[in-house]
Amino acid sequence: MLIKIAKPSDLHESDVTPESIYLSRRRFMGGLAGIGAGLALSGQVRANADYSDVPAGDAPAWLKEKISETQWRAITPSDPEKDAIAPFDDASGYNNFFEFGSGKTDPARHAGSLQTEPWSVVVDGEVNNGGRIALEDFARPSQFEERIYRLRCVEAWSMVIPWLGISLADVIKRAEPTSKAKYVRFETLVDPEQMPGQRSSFSVIDWPYVEGLRMDEAMNPLTILALGMYGRELPNQNGAPLRLVVPWKYGFKSIKSIMRISLVEEQPVNSWQLIAANEYGFYANVNPEVDHPRWSQATERRLPNSLFNTNTIDTLMFNGYADEVAEMYAGMDLRSNY
Amino acid sequence: MASPRLWLVWRVGVFLAALAPLLYWGWQVAINAAGPEPGRYLLLNIGIGGLWMLLLTLSLTPLTKLTRWKGFALIRRQLGLWTLAYATLHLLSYALFILGLNWALLGSEIVKRPYIIVGMIALIGLAVLGATSNKWSMKRLGKRWKPLHKFSYVILGLVLLHFFWVVRADMQEWAMYAAVAALIMVTRLPPIVRILPKLRYQFRR
Repeated sequence: MLIKIAKPSDLHESDVTPESIYLSRRRFMGGLAGIGAGLALSGQVRANADYSDVPAGDAPAWLKEKISETQWRAITPSDPEKDAIAPFDDASGYNNFFEFGSGKTDPARHAGSLQTEPWSVVVDGEVNNGGRIALEDFARPSQFEERIYRLRCVEAWSMVIPWLGISLADVIKRAEPTSKAKYVRFETLVDPEQMPGQRSSFSVIDWPYVEGLRMDEAMNPLTILALGMYGRELPNQNGAPLRLVVPWKYGFKSIKSIMRISLVEEQPVNSWQLIAANEYGFYANVNPEVDHPRWSQATERRLPNSLFNTNTIDTLMFNGYADEVAEMYAGMDLRSNY
Repeated sequence: MASPRLWLVWRVGVFLAALAPLLYWGWQVAINAAGPEPGRYLLLNIGIGGLWMLLLTLSLTPLTKLTRWKGFALIRRQLGLWTLAYATLHLLSYALFILGLNWALLGSEIVKRPYIIVGMIALIGLAVLGATSNKWSMKRLGKRWKPLHKFSYVILGLVLLHFFWVVRADMQEWAMYAAVAALIMVTRLPPIVRILPKLRYQFRR
């Protein structure tokens, strides 16, 4: 077991007595109020302690409110030493987001121009309750959870990221899928004005960037739609304002800046499969035994690393989430369904 | 610029200019400004730097024909050796900083991955040219020296193929280098070779 899922019996952040009530009782108690407030605050702050050096960001009020109600540390690595959270600057400064350029530092340089507010998501296809929904209304009914996941890039590096997001299953249930809905298809925004990578005539990607999941993968409790990370909203280069996070699949499955979610009957053709079907498949499950044609997937470099310590670790089947997801692929040939 | 002293200044200047990028990248790594994967930063920058060196080396002959300036010919061997140095550092970065000196993995990767095979062949080619770039070898090889060193054109092709196979999403950068390489090769086509000196007179007028 590599990750902890909170049991229903576990205490949640919402079970904690609100600070105001706690404080008023303390005031009633008289002289001890000062010490009491100090203790209560230290408990409150602990959930965010790691993010004291993270830039505050500029989230709209509704998102700030949702984030403040987050269930912190809902899923954490079983070995926090080995899976230490990457520094925010690395997670937000070293990205693959080809809409903003093909270099690792291009997204951080160019994504500032992306307008993420207002934003709306189209939910369509095999659903009874679809339509264009303002992001605020799209996210509001769901509980925000903090999920600390390993992110394994297909390029054989990885980072550990604390996401803030909502369950994709929740979103799908609200859309009321019909019996024909077998897959979920996601689309990134197309806007060459805002996205310089889409203006490049040498790009091999046929915009929009498209990704897809099988219904059971989309409904898996590990799958989330993230709106934040490191206790704040997503930086644009990390896929603001809404991105997918599927921790047992290679990073390219976790599509960014989503503006359309369609429930469909046929298996969608995802962008990388379209570009190079021999290198990237539909499933893209992390699998140390199936190499990328151009490099080995048996190991990964856990970032940040340094020159003389590459921090190379063994890649785990399903990125270490086999207990939660392996069952979905029972009997499937993962070598041909890469 | 006729005195030997000034030529020496020119050559030392070129030497320092070719060394400067390496020092700059090393400095960036030292001050933690090279991102979360400094080894990859060095690997990619040195690789592109090597391609620059190769393109510069191969542009010296047409530039000499075009301008008749002696200075270009004087730095040809030096830049050729810089190309070899960059390529060697590129491979070393890969072995040290990406594979972590895992020799078994290096062995299997070299055999398995076409882009690495192509890169290795290019590096071996550069090493052969480097080893035969001294006066003694030139004398010994005599008439065979020139055809041997024309193998640098093949190396340029191999390097571009190596680069091509590494690109994942956007061909723009690669296409720019390929275009420059094509231009440099075009200047070696016999009809163009004849035109270059004439162009020089055009410039003069």
